[in-house]
Amino acid sequence: MAPEPEERTLRPPQSDGLMVPQLFRVESRRRDTPDTYTLTMTPASFAGEWPFAPGQFNMLTAFGLGEVPISISGDPTEPQRLIHTIRIAGAATRSLCQAVKGDIVGVRGPFGTTWPVREAEGRDLIIVAGGLGLAPLRPAIYHALAHRPAYGNIELIYGARTPQDILYYRELQGWRGRFDLRVHVTVDTAPPEWRGRVGVVTKIISEARFDPPNTVALVCGPGVMMRFTVQELVGRGVEPDNIFVSLERNMQCGQGLCGHCQLGPLFICKDGPVYPFSRVKGWFEMREV
Amino acid sequence: METVEAALAAHPFFQGMAPEHVAAMAACGRPVQFKAGDFLCREAEEALDFYVIISGSVSVEIFSARRGPVTTTTVDEGEVLGWLWFKQPYHWHLDARARQVTRTIALEVAALKARCEEDHNLGYELMKRYAHYLAVQFRVTKLQLVDMYGA
Repeated sequence: MAPEPEERTLRPPQSDGLMVPQLFRVESRRRDTPDTYTLTMTPASFAGEWPFAPGQFNMLTAFGLGEVPISISGDPTEPQRLIHTIRIAGAATRSLCQAVKGDIVGVRGPFGTTWPVREAEGRDLIIVAGGLGLAPLRPAIYHALAHRPAYGNIELIYGARTPQDILYYRELQGWRGRFDLRVHVTVDTAPPEWRGRVGVVTKIISEARFDPPNTVALVCGPGVMMRFTVQELVGRGVEPDNIFVSLERNMQCGQGLCGHCQLGPLFICKDGPVYPFSRVKGWFEMREV
Repeated sequence: METVEAALAAHPFFQGMAPEHVAAMAACGRPVQFKAGDFLCREAEEALDFYVIISGSVSVEIFSARRGPVTTTTVDEGEVLGWLWFKQPYHWHLDARARQVTRTIALEVAALKARCEEDHNLGYELMKRYAHYLAVQFRVTKLQLVDMYGA
C-alpha cells in the first residue's frame, strides 16, 4: 500500500476560508520570467496568519474576472505572508500578474495534499522540477533545508525551456553555493553565452547521487516531463511508492464538490494534487478518460 | 599522471569492458586538453577523432546565420562526443566548443576502425555501447523536440 502524502489538516483562521475568499493585500510583485510574476501578499480582511504545508494551493480571485488555482510557493515557516508565483495564461492570471502594491486579491484555501517532507526524513531526497513546477516545490525545498540534518543527500534537478525561463534564478544560485545540496539546472536550448547545461532534465537523473531504495522523489512539471522523469527514476530503482507527483487539472471548488478536476476516481483538488506515483499510474498515462 | 588506459577504464562509457579491449582502445588514444572557447570540432571538417570527456564540459552548437551559434546540448564529464564517425564520409555535423578547461582522450577514428575490423569482439563491445548511447540520445532529442515547457 502506497504511503499517503501528509494529511491536510491546516486551515486558515476563518471557518469560512474554504468557501468565501479572504482579502489579501499585495505587498510586492516581482517579474521572474517574461510571463511569470511572484506576488507577496499579507492578510487585509483579518489579522493573523495563513498556515499551509508544502504542495498545497490556494484559489486566487481577480475580482470581476475569475478565480484560479495557484500553488503556494513561499516558506511554510512564514505564514504571515503568502507568496504565489503566477504565469499569465488568461484574463484572471493576467490581472493578478499586473497587480501592484496595495491591490486586493481574494484567497480561498489552502487546499490539497502535501509533499511528504516528513516521511522522507532519514532518506535521500531528489527533487525534479520542470518550468513553473519549481514553484510548488519551493516550500518543500525550504522545509528540507530548514531540517537539513534529517535527510541524506538532497539533489535538486531543474529544467527550463531557455535561460530566460528560469524561475528564482538568484535563489538557485544561492542554493548552488551550499555544500549540503546539489543543484543541477539545465535548459532545452540556449545561446552561446549561457554557461550552464543544455539538455533535458531526464538526462541529469542518471548522474544524480542517491541511494535508490532509500530515496523519496518529488516531481513537478509538465505532464510529458513528469512521465519521462518517473521512467528514469524507476529505471534507477526508485520505488513507485516513493515517487510523488503533483497533478494539475481544472480546479474550481477546491473541495471535490464540483467535479471539474476529476480524473477517473480522483478529485485532484481534494485527493491531490500530490500523489504517490503508484496511486495515479493508471490515470497518469491514460490518453483519454 | 593517469595513463590513457586508466582514464578509459574509469570512464562510464567503457564500464564493464574487458581489460584487453580497453588496452586496445587506449592504443588508439591520446590525451588532449582544450581551453575554454577552443573548438573540438567544426561542422563539415573531417572527423579524425572521437572524444571521451574525462573532465570539463563541451557545448554542441549549430550555427545559424540569423541566430548565430545555438547550443543544442552540452556534453559533460563521463560522456563521449562524436558518435557519428561510423558513418561515411566521417565529417562532423556540428560544432563543439569547450566551455571550460576540458580534458579528453581523443581516440583516432581510423585506428579504432582498423582495430574493430581485426577484432570483431572489440567491435561488438563498442557497438553495444554505441547502441545504448544512441538510444539515450534519441530519447533525449525527442523530448527536446516536444518542447515540454512550451505554452
